[in-house]
Amino acid sequence: MNELTVSVSPHLRSGRTTQKIMLDVLIALSPALIASVVIFGWRCLLLTGVSAAMCVLCEFVWEKLMKQPVTVSDLSAVVTGVLLAFNVPSTMPVWELLVGDVVAIICVKMLFGGIGCNFVNPALVGRVVMFFSFTADMTNFPAPAGTIDALSSATPLALIRAGSIGWSEFGQIFIGVHGGVLGETCAAALILGGVYLCARRVIKPIIPLAYVGSCVLFSWIFGSFQPVIAAFSGGLLLGAIFMATDYVTSPTTNLGKLIFGLGCGLLTAMMRTFASSAGAVTFSILLMNLVVPYINDLTAPKPFGGVETK
Amino acid sequence: MNLRKLHGVHVPHRKNTADMAPVRMPVPATVTIPMSMHIGAPAAPAVKAGDSVKVGQLIANAGGFVSSPVYASVSGKVKKIDDMLMSTGRSMKAVTVESDGEQTPFEGLRPPEVADLKSFLDAVRDSGVVGLGGAGFPTAVKLSVKDLSQIEAVIINGAECEPYVTSDTRTMLDDADWIAKGIGLLQKYLKAKRVIIGIEANKPQCVKAMEDMAKTMTGVEVMALPPVYPQGGEKVLIYHTTGRIVPEGKLPIDAGAVVINCTTLAAIAKYIETGMPLVEKVVTVDGSAVREPKNVIAPIGASMQSLFDFCGGFKADPKKVLYGGPMMGIAVPNTEFPVMKNTNAILALAEKDAILPEPTACIRCGSCVDACPLNLMPAAIEAAYNKRNVDKLRALHANLCMECGCCSFVCPAKRMLVQTNKLAKGLIAADNAAKKAEAERKAKEAGEKEKKEAVAK
Repeated sequence: MNELTVSVSPHLRSGRTTQKIMLDVLIALSPALIASVVIFGWRCLLLTGVSAAMCVLCEFVWEKLMKQPVTVSDLSAVVTGVLLAFNVPSTMPVWELLVGDVVAIICVKMLFGGIGCNFVNPALVGRVVMFFSFTADMTNFPAPAGTIDALSSATPLALIRAGSIGWSEFGQIFIGVHGGVLGETCAAALILGGVYLCARRVIKPIIPLAYVGSCVLFSWIFGSFQPVIAAFSGGLLLGAIFMATDYVTSPTTNLGKLIFGLGCGLLTAMMRTFASSAGAVTFSILLMNLVVPYINDLTAPKPFGGVETK
Repeated sequence: MNLRKLHGVHVPHRKNTADMAPVRMPVPATVTIPMSMHIGAPAAPAVKAGDSVKVGQLIANAGGFVSSPVYASVSGKVKKIDDMLMSTGRSMKAVTVESDGEQTPFEGLRPPEVADLKSFLDAVRDSGVVGLGGAGFPTAVKLSVKDLSQIEAVIINGAECEPYVTSDTRTMLDDADWIAKGIGLLQKYLKAKRVIIGIEANKPQCVKAMEDMAKTMTGVEVMALPPVYPQGGEKVLIYHTTGRIVPEGKLPIDAGAVVINCTTLAAIAKYIETGMPLVEKVVTVDGSAVREPKNVIAPIGASMQSLFDFCGGFKADPKKVLYGGPMMGIAVPNTEFPVMKNTNAILALAEKDAILPEPTACIRCGSCVDACPLNLMPAAIEAAYNKRNVDKLRALHANLCMECGCCSFVCPAKRMLVQTNKLAKGLIAADNAAKKAEAERKAKEAGEKEKKEAVAK
């Protein structure tokens, strides 16, 4: 008789793993990557690849130095790297992007205990650091390659604020042929990725819908110009679909997710209307990340048949 | 009817044996019958080594109110009464009977005289029947309802939501008459006004069989329930059939419900009509290591190995062997463990199904919260347990957990959430015991102090 394994039930597990979830996120990001290469050229691929590699390297080296088990195969560092690259213009010097990678992985992720322990989104903090350190390079938006039909290299948000574009340019905004950071411009590709993630049940659509919906609503209430078109431009879709839905830094319950999405939408609308449009999405999500523990506490599910003892 | 459904998970069904009518296995050379095949006090042996016994003869008396008598499942000689290791890790007395291969029924078997509620409950107790769906709770205790008017609905559990297991399916298909007779008894003696048979909708053949049966009766309805695991969990089934919620620490009757498994009910009806107590079980034998999966009629006490042998042995090396289904079943260290009263299936899993996944860090995806039918937060319970924070565990209602396994099933990080919750329950129990002991010690000290003062005065 050979040895039998004795373990606690259940003896059947689903096929879902952290790695498969992260792979699905990468698949969902790929249309936007392809779009960025088409719009801004091959340098996008270089930036994305280098950024992902740097994030993986940072995690690997840190874990080796700290004598921790190496977890790079869960692909979460790759996701962070790709998202960071998506947040910079295609003209960004590589070394500056690498600084963002180090900040994201070492300072935000690993110093707080690695995957599952960071209290804010690593990619967004990396972006903020790059934004303030290299403001000129971070806001130097290149014109799309082969700019025959493209809008000028100013971002649509800036143009909307200036009142110089409207619905006639919506088509170009939707397919992303305009200035911006490399992953944010093509709304069509981002929405495609979002639908894929929802279909694969990696994320629920609550946060993206609440975020974008409330952002449009509040922008309209605040009297912002062209709130609907604005929703498809800037980093809103990238943020709402891929950043705000990060498991670790978003609430657990559906009600919590709704509150989180609405909060992000309100903050973004306020910043876009009353302050600078640059970084509105980033700061909104980061601020809401900070209150997630409180939202989780307030929206904890009520146990079925639970009786309070005190 | 309630509109909201409880959470749960979609598990693969793997009901490979659903169409296989049970086949009787040859009488094993020996059977080893444990004295505790139920929740409650172990039964007390009433025979000694060397005694001759026949099928259906009493070999152990119930050891208390919450207990159940045990009957010989083969005819032959009592070989020994000694301790055996149970799957729980505790050791337990067991009666080993050497079979003479004759299967002579005991001459003293008579159908019990049932005339009123008391004699009905006595008969249920004497039948040796316990919760055959797996729980093993003595059925007579369950049916001992103080105030019959509390019973709003009797729910017959035919959900059978565990993968692989089809023994209840076979009861509904092959023993509908016995179920009907059982329902008749419940209607007569428990004054059950409303009888609901709850079946997962993925067993249309069972739904049809039960509907055909219900047509010939009054006050019996069949509900086809969504096939979401754990539909057969008592609290889940009550909620999905009646919309009533069983409060924490209370029993189904507090929600106006009595839940009884369909096979349990059929076994009671059989005893009351024929006088033959519970001595054999239909056991689903399946799993990726079993050559010919079957539903086997096995005498209680037959070793798992004898059932596997009857099913053509193994086609692959078994790496894990279970009592029950894969979601809540208990893994055993060898195949010498016996079929018990509450054994509805035994599974032998080949290596690919027995590999233990390596747990990785929680990514706080919330899948466990979404999956928990009782709305618990398994990941939070795990975190509180890791800090040994008993108050937090109480606040999270860790004791509500029914260990259905949904959380561990869905977890992408493969964390052992059910195992941790079991440990959390243990921690709460230990803390309760410590607090109680402390309170008793203080009371005692206060008493002694008073005595001393009185003496001093």
